[in-house]
Amino acid sequence: MPPPIFHVSHLCKRYGATTVVDDLSFEIAPGECLGVIGPNGAGKTTTIRMCLGLSAPDHGTIEGLGGLSMPRDARAIKAQLGVVSQFDTLDPDFSCAENLIVYARYFGLRRAQIEPRIPRLLEFAALSHRADAKPGELSGGMRRRLSLARALVNDPKLLMLDEPTTGLDPQARHLMWERLQLLLQQGKSILLTTHFMDEAERLCSRLIVLDHGRKIAEGRPRDLIAEYLEPDVVEVYGNGALELAQSPLKRFAARVEVSGETVFFYTQDARGLLGALAERGGLRTFHRPANLEDLFLKLTGRQIREDG
Amino acid sequence: MSSPMSSAPSSTAADAFAAAPMPSVWRAPELTARWWPVFLRNLLVWRKLAVPSLIGNIAEPLIWLIAFGYGMGALVGQIEVNGARVPYILFLASGSICMSAMSAASFEALYSAFSRMHVQKTWDGIMNAPVGLDDVLLAEMLWAGFKAIFTATAILFVMMALGISHSPKLAVAWFVLIGVGITFSCIALIFNALAKGYDFFTYYFTLFMTPMMFLSGVFFPLEQLPAAVRAVAVWLPLTNAVMLVRPLFMDEWPQAWWKHVAVMAVYAVLAFWVALALTRKRFRK
Repeated sequence: MPPPIFHVSHLCKRYGATTVVDDLSFEIAPGECLGVIGPNGAGKTTTIRMCLGLSAPDHGTIEGLGGLSMPRDARAIKAQLGVVSQFDTLDPDFSCAENLIVYARYFGLRRAQIEPRIPRLLEFAALSHRADAKPGELSGGMRRRLSLARALVNDPKLLMLDEPTTGLDPQARHLMWERLQLLLQQGKSILLTTHFMDEAERLCSRLIVLDHGRKIAEGRPRDLIAEYLEPDVVEVYGNGALELAQSPLKRFAARVEVSGETVFFYTQDARGLLGALAERGGLRTFHRPANLEDLFLKLTGRQIREDG
Repeated sequence: MSSPMSSAPSSTAADAFAAAPMPSVWRAPELTARWWPVFLRNLLVWRKLAVPSLIGNIAEPLIWLIAFGYGMGALVGQIEVNGARVPYILFLASGSICMSAMSAASFEALYSAFSRMHVQKTWDGIMNAPVGLDDVLLAEMLWAGFKAIFTATAILFVMMALGISHSPKLAVAWFVLIGVGITFSCIALIFNALAKGYDFFTYYFTLFMTPMMFLSGVFFPLEQLPAAVRAVAVWLPLTNAVMLVRPLFMDEWPQAWWKHVAVMAVYAVLAFWVALALTRKRFRK
């Protein structure tokens, strides 16, 4: 494995008595997309803010991009980064093209240097036809793509994307994923935080799962599912479904979970269970392979986190 | 603290992962040439709205000047400044141009800077690029100063056209007005750093700026004030600005000019330092 392009070691961040990031270490390999998943308030955004030098860690080191160290080399590190933050920070008074030119100047690029690249950046964002539109006239998906194009003005080696598709409709999300895959093909590295497990599964070569600021799992998506979960899931709902959780059917499953009106059977082999369910009748069942969402819920629980 | 790492004393030499101690918000400013693209950004936005905003910026002070200067001037007649008698309109014009520079800088460094900092999150976007907070704040300070001198210059030309003063020393007054803009943008940025919302700025205008307007010798000579009030008033930044600008309007050199320049410079430097510390604190999350 090539040496990492970026690595974070034993990172801690406390706000008063609350520890929001707790002894977190990870590495990003060149050309890899590392996903960070976790419930609200797990410490994802705080971690990115520390990687950008916007927040000082109480403990730990952040290094990479050619022997540089945060916060000492904050400017030199940020010169090689592309950032899409959770909320758009586009300039509402500028057109799409002007947004890119003005942002490039913050990297020390002159207008003559950036201007020839603007058409390609706009094309990448699928915004060529809206070059003169202001962000307020664009849809949410277009604004996110403009933010992504803006993050590319300095031709960064590493992209830090904080929930880049939150709030987008499926078409806009798919277009964003295509663009991110294109960037990975070009050899860029990506650190991506997300709430969407399908996004993580599709884009990330490796994942870390954060909860309460701690890393509770790390690995490739398929490996994590194989390590923590049974391969098959049968969801059962309808009249009388909840009683099944305590019924003899339990013996067909390695693990049974109840959430709301649905019973989840996690099993090595669903055939026996499906046969028994078919005999009972009257219930609706859904048989599927275990996925990242199951992993996420197993590791972080099903309770709602609204304090993030 | 649940983590063994975090509960260990992190300052020992053995701990290779100890973070550098958090630097004080009162440390010296870390300024680079990267303030310029931020300033330029503000200039480019403003250029789109410059003409209507210019009309707004100079119309109000001129309406005051004409209404008070000619209306009140007819009643007051001449007024004594440093032993010389001058028309009231000249007295008022030389004070009110300082007031205009002060207002223009304050509006920009409060309402507009707050929009960029807090509402639009423009600063957050900029700081994701290799531009530090100190450079952003310097750019905002100079930008508000620029807006002030732009407004003051336009008013100065109108005053010259009205024949209020043709003193060649107005060129020197112009440099003083740059100083007025910078001083008041530094002061306003302290309140920008403390603000939770736009409402907060109402206090700044009603409790600080409005009283100062009346205590700084803009509308009437300081000698009219009770001695105790005057003892405070002479240390106000606007008072010192007016004491510099008014003689220059009369084609005279200000007395003890270095003292007034020093007072304004101390206000500017201290205010910028405090504003920087408070802004760093605000962004330290």
